[in-house]
Amino acid sequence: MKLFWKTGEPYVLATGAALAIILVMSLTLIGTVMTNGLGYFWPRALVKFELKDGSSALGQIMQQEKNPLSGEKRLQLKVGNRDIFGQDFRWIDEKEITTRSLPADAVLLERREHGNYFGMLKDVTAEGITITAATPYDKLQQARKLVAGKIDDTSKIKKQMSDLNHAAEGLRLKLQKLDYGGAEKNAAAIAELTAAREKKMAEFTRLNEQATATLAEIGKITAQMTDAAGGSKDISLTEIIALQRPNSMSFFAKSVAYLERVRELLLDDPRESNTEGGLFPAIFGTVMMVLLMSVFSLPFGVIAAIYLREYAKDGLMTRMVRIAVNNLAGVPSIVYGVFGLGFFVYGIGGSIDSLFFPERLPTPTFGTGGILWSSLTLALLTVPVVIVATEESLASIPKGIREGSLALGATKFQTLTKILLPMATPGIMTGLILSMARAAGEVAPLMIVGVVKLAPTLPFDTNFPFFHMDRKFMHLGFHIYDVGFQSPNVEAAKPMVYVTTMLLLAIVVIASSTAIYLRNRMRSKYTTSTF
Amino acid sequence: MPLTQEKSGTAPILSVSNLNLHYGQAHALKNVNLDMIRHQVTAFIGPSGCGKSTLLRCFNRMNDLVESARIDGSIRFNGEEVNDSATDVISLRRRIGMVFQQSNPFPKSIYENIVYGLRIAGVNDRATLDEAVERSLKNAAIWNEVKDRLHDSALGLSGGQAQRICIARAIAVNPEIILMDEPCSALDPISTLKIEELIEELKSKYTIVIVTHNMQQAARVSDVTAFFYLGELIEAGGTRKIFTNPEKKQTEDYITGRFG
Repeated sequence: MKLFWKTGEPYVLATGAALAIILVMSLTLIGTVMTNGLGYFWPRALVKFELKDGSSALGQIMQQEKNPLSGEKRLQLKVGNRDIFGQDFRWIDEKEITTRSLPADAVLLERREHGNYFGMLKDVTAEGITITAATPYDKLQQARKLVAGKIDDTSKIKKQMSDLNHAAEGLRLKLQKLDYGGAEKNAAAIAELTAAREKKMAEFTRLNEQATATLAEIGKITAQMTDAAGGSKDISLTEIIALQRPNSMSFFAKSVAYLERVRELLLDDPRESNTEGGLFPAIFGTVMMVLLMSVFSLPFGVIAAIYLREYAKDGLMTRMVRIAVNNLAGVPSIVYGVFGLGFFVYGIGGSIDSLFFPERLPTPTFGTGGILWSSLTLALLTVPVVIVATEESLASIPKGIREGSLALGATKFQTLTKILLPMATPGIMTGLILSMARAAGEVAPLMIVGVVKLAPTLPFDTNFPFFHMDRKFMHLGFHIYDVGFQSPNVEAAKPMVYVTTMLLLAIVVIASSTAIYLRNRMRSKYTTSTF
Repeated sequence: MPLTQEKSGTAPILSVSNLNLHYGQAHALKNVNLDMIRHQVTAFIGPSGCGKSTLLRCFNRMNDLVESARIDGSIRFNGEEVNDSATDVISLRRRIGMVFQQSNPFPKSIYENIVYGLRIAGVNDRATLDEAVERSLKNAAIWNEVKDRLHDSALGLSGGQAQRICIARAIAVNPEIILMDEPCSALDPISTLKIEELIEELKSKYTIVIVTHNMQQAARVSDVTAFFYLGELIEAGGTRKIFTNPEKKQTEDYITGRFG
């Protein structure tokens, strides 16, 4: 027995067990997120229940569980129709159910507001359009196609309106500037600009009326629906985003619907206070913020590390700086957030506003949270990681290599740029990977320096100067927090939390694997020789 | 310490006089006086820590990298003072090449390794570089082994090949002196033999100073041998004389293996 302990075998087993536990935990986490996230978009059957009390319910079974008191089974049903029933979900005891069936013509409507509607389609009222189809469902499909064309027209008009609005706002700011500069002196210019602005505004009003008229016209086209409780409702086609009859869909049709939902998730804007619709602004915001952060933190970190390792004399001061840098990586991120708010947003942003955008004040431009300040705050948070990684990799280059280069008549700077930095690149990349993963997952500091629940515009668009660094943005991490814990309808938002988590993980994994791939390619180029 | 020279009448290319070097409190070189003659191989022998590598690194000012090093005395290279703060270290190192104990090829292709010294000196003409690569690889007796894979990484070479690449790299910038710091200590006997033959050939074009632990090697390759002990130059003179009839007892003890 003593010998058994001496061999060290138990310790090897212990290390193996520790690794196994970590693996199981990670796999469970990823598995939970994946199953819940990936399954969310698969069209579920709409089940109709007849209950003992004579009422009936139509909905999707979300989960089943045992009542801990009576030991009886009950199931959670998503009944939709929030505007009618008041809530999306209800629990039904198994013993209350008399029959259950899958009506083939049960329809699921995805609506712009109030969540999904589950019910039966009675007919379509088509005012102002001609419909040739026979069955109500085909009628609805045909009407939707016609309506979709008109909605496309109005969204083009809306784009024009937004451009006009942008131009008018620019003119307004110019006017404001002239006004501050002396209204009498600039009277001619003011008159000219006012005329131009009024022209834009008139055009805007005209387009707005046109769009409103079109929408009002197609708004009269409605689907007459009845729900399981017997109530009926006319739903305007402009309200309907998608519809399906899950009970009569083939596997292929379900797959198409699934992919359509994935496309919507990746490319569309959110609806219903973020609990439905897409995540595009949040994905875009997260990726852009991480990239901007890398642009700031990589050069700063590398340059600082080069100075510390190659040029600074190894004295008390250097050692203190090094300790400080190492400890900076351990400062709670919210502290960086508060610092970012005080230093970047109010300090630098406020100064920029009073210097360059005085005409907009008191509305702040840079003096409020935005993607630039968020990236800088996170860059500050992650720069120690880059510094440490760069220093380590510079230190690990054999002394002989430096001496070899210097002995050939290279200056210190030539040695650095031609030999040391290329050799240190894999290590620097490791630092960058770590810092990107950290930045993508950070939420707390962002909440005070620029992330919002719903950003009306992306930080990038077709209006000059294209990148709007002052704009607030959306972020997947914050989205998880907001949707999961701050939304009015937490139960309905639960799947969205899983999906968002999965996306955030996917973004981190994609970014890291790209960087790891690049690093490995470099590493194979610069491995040091052994013989 | 009187100076002994096998051939007289030739002006020394390197001339060390009253050189003292301190690493902090440690006195690493004590009042060294030595001349090195053009186109001769000078070998430094002595036990570990006797200062022979330190002296070698004084010639191309590599000791500048050691913060605690303090040098007094004079080293004259073609009559110019090496230790002068006005000396252009970059051009000095171009004229005095160095080969290290551990072969240290850069993580680049063989070609880029050889032309590194030229490139950093601002030479970028393709023909000149090609010519320099062929010439120096031939001079380093490795052309035949690597001519077909000039653009492969130099890290894939064996130890002996890598060391000859390093010699070729030093030759490529056309130095006047090549300093070799125990160039064969990490190599097998066959690679060692190749390097020794190479030193013999290089002698006609360059002046070579070699530090070695291997007394047979010093006897085989050098014209002049200098024996160091505890930072002092004990004895210097023609290699045959040092190995057959040394003047000092310490020298005799060392080369006969009674201490060291």
